[in-house]
Amino acid sequence: MVGAVGFEPTTSWSRTKRATKLRYAPPTRVRQRCARRRAIANSFGRKDLRPPLRRTPFAVLATGGALRENGFMNAVVDATLPDAHGRFGVYGGRYVPETLMHPLQQLEEEYARAEQDPEFQRELTYYLRQFCGRPTPLYLAERLTRELGGPKIYLKREDLLHTGAHKINNAMGQILLARRMGKTRVIAETGAGQHGVAAATVAAMFGLKCVVYMGEVDCRRQELNVYRMKMLGAEVVSVTAGQKTLKEAVNEAMRDWVTNVRHTHYILGTAYGAHPYPMMVRNFQRIIGDEARRQILEQEERLPDLLVACVGGGSNAIGLFYPFLQDASVRMLGIEAGGEGIIPERHAARFQGGSLGVLQGARSYILQDEQGQIQLTHSVSAGLDYAAVGPEHAWLRDQHRVEYSYATDEQALAAFGALARLEGIIPALESAHAIAAVMERAPKMPRDQVIIVNLSGRGDKDVAQVAARMKL
Amino acid sequence: MNRIAERFARLKRDRQKGFIVFIGAGDPNLEMTRRLALAFDQAGIDVLELGVPFSDPLADGLVNQLAAQRGLESGTTPVKVLQTVAAIRRDSQIPIVLYIYFNLLHRRGLEIFVAEAAAAGVDGLLVLDLPPEESENYEALMRESGLCAIYLIAPTTPDSRIELIVRRGSGFIYYVSREGVTGMQASVSDTIGQMTARIRAHTSLPVAVGFGISTPEQARTVAENADAVVVGSAIVNEIAAHGRSADLTERVMAFTIPLAKAVKEKRTSP
Repeated sequence: MVGAVGFEPTTSWSRTKRATKLRYAPPTRVRQRCARRRAIANSFGRKDLRPPLRRTPFAVLATGGALRENGFMNAVVDATLPDAHGRFGVYGGRYVPETLMHPLQQLEEEYARAEQDPEFQRELTYYLRQFCGRPTPLYLAERLTRELGGPKIYLKREDLLHTGAHKINNAMGQILLARRMGKTRVIAETGAGQHGVAAATVAAMFGLKCVVYMGEVDCRRQELNVYRMKMLGAEVVSVTAGQKTLKEAVNEAMRDWVTNVRHTHYILGTAYGAHPYPMMVRNFQRIIGDEARRQILEQEERLPDLLVACVGGGSNAIGLFYPFLQDASVRMLGIEAGGEGIIPERHAARFQGGSLGVLQGARSYILQDEQGQIQLTHSVSAGLDYAAVGPEHAWLRDQHRVEYSYATDEQALAAFGALARLEGIIPALESAHAIAAVMERAPKMPRDQVIIVNLSGRGDKDVAQVAARMKL
Repeated sequence: MNRIAERFARLKRDRQKGFIVFIGAGDPNLEMTRRLALAFDQAGIDVLELGVPFSDPLADGLVNQLAAQRGLESGTTPVKVLQTVAAIRRDSQIPIVLYIYFNLLHRRGLEIFVAEAAAAGVDGLLVLDLPPEESENYEALMRESGLCAIYLIAPTTPDSRIELIVRRGSGFIYYVSREGVTGMQASVSDTIGQMTARIRAHTSLPVAVGFGISTPEQARTVAENADAVVVGSAIVNEIAAHGRSADLTERVMAFTIPLAKAVKEKRTSP
């Protein structure tokens, strides 16, 4: 069995470990590439980046015993969800006005057909490679690793994608679907503007009319993206209802969709909303995790110990986590926006101050008052500033498969600056929340472990806002 | 017998069309809602739909969104709306339907809310974002409490769904006469006759038609193919315009009565 794995074991210990952990035998070509990469890593002359000599005994990881004591982590979960009703346990579903019920059923059916259609998959893969720039690198953040003195920290570089964030993965999938369904117009909601830009981009590519709804407050704080969308030919509607952020943009997009559903497809940007959106968006985003899993096995010859991602609606996080759900040894950490601290209306951490509710098509954790009115939210990052969280995340939390925590505005801003100075990468403020969590956790973790953090987007859009805050 | 069922039975006997009015509860305040309800009853309005204000009314157009906002600003909560219904019941037996978003029920607890609504004197619930697929034990609870579960049918609803919805609904079927959110429009859809015929092929429940009806002429046209006509935003708009004036009730009635008359002119064929 050990021989089948195909590695040259360096110690008898690593033979067993790798044999147990890896589920496939990498071909020779992969082995050679691994050896090359190992050599490169070793050439840094830094002990902390060399393959570790001792690791946590696998038995501990496999039973989850040691980890359970930390209050989270289940071995594996059922990754076949959602069920036929679009539910992840008690979460998810399809809570929409009747006008949208049949169109959502049609979308679900068409998506199921597309998923099985090799031609659709071929086309999607082609555009993701040739237009979007996939695969994205899995980059070892050397200085950040050294600075924190803990595990090796790898960045999944979704920030390098065309348009600057992971959002294009989903937008590309959905525009191809919209074309399949013969829709001539697409609409989207956006918070930070990254999804809006992605939707405007793919709409321009295929010559479809595009309208993007964005809260007035977000239009102001993410002005650069408003200009980009307009230059791409999209119409940007500034939404002035309520607190003028992402939630109101979703309301407005849904109103548009109800009105124009016969010829319009709603490119929902996150793993939220009525079924099939949470499932469909996850499946379009899982390429992040699929690539990262392959890449870490090549580069480190092992699975990571911890995955970290920020969670607004939760599409970049579920995209990274999903392909690892069955890997018992991989812990996962989702980071919500802690805003100014967990004070009602001053944060967007649904798992901290939220409760079970139904909003904008799905049942999940939402920030609401005792009467069921949706509460105001706050985050320095427009993309995380939302009152509900994706239903699959709520379920994964219940299953103790993923731990959810939060980072405050201040922590995110500190991480934003740190990554820029240490690594030469300016992250999106959303992704900076994940970096902040890594900065807090990594020093407390063994040095022989490996963390992958999803750098879901780049921070160009945030530069003006942060500069003003820092009084640059 | 439930007041809604009773009213539609009477309308049928009298070969009359029904007229349903929607207003936002607590707009401009709940005391005014009570007074308007009593005035609607006296004017012969058949069913009163009270919109329970919600922070995120995604099925509503701007007029009703603003009404919900005014309702929230006047301190209206689901519990206070039920108290207002109980207050209306002291003087009136007008059938009352709450037009509500599901989260407000969900938060209170479905069972508790339904029981409280029945105790307050509510006759039916129209839950905008609760399709029959998600209703779980909702209909059973409603039946036990003697409340009507009113469902919407839209122009996008295929026959298979019409069949499902009419089986699950009670009281009346609310046909949303166009794709879109609530609100006024220049002309009414010309597919109403076709759709109401399709609905009637599956059920003997009365069919009320709403969304976008704002003038007596439109109401008259729609009444040709409907058992009842619903007017909402146009009346809400009157409340918005005159919310602060002392004669709000009179003004709203002056606007509503011609609409009601237009509907009542139409007689059902025997």
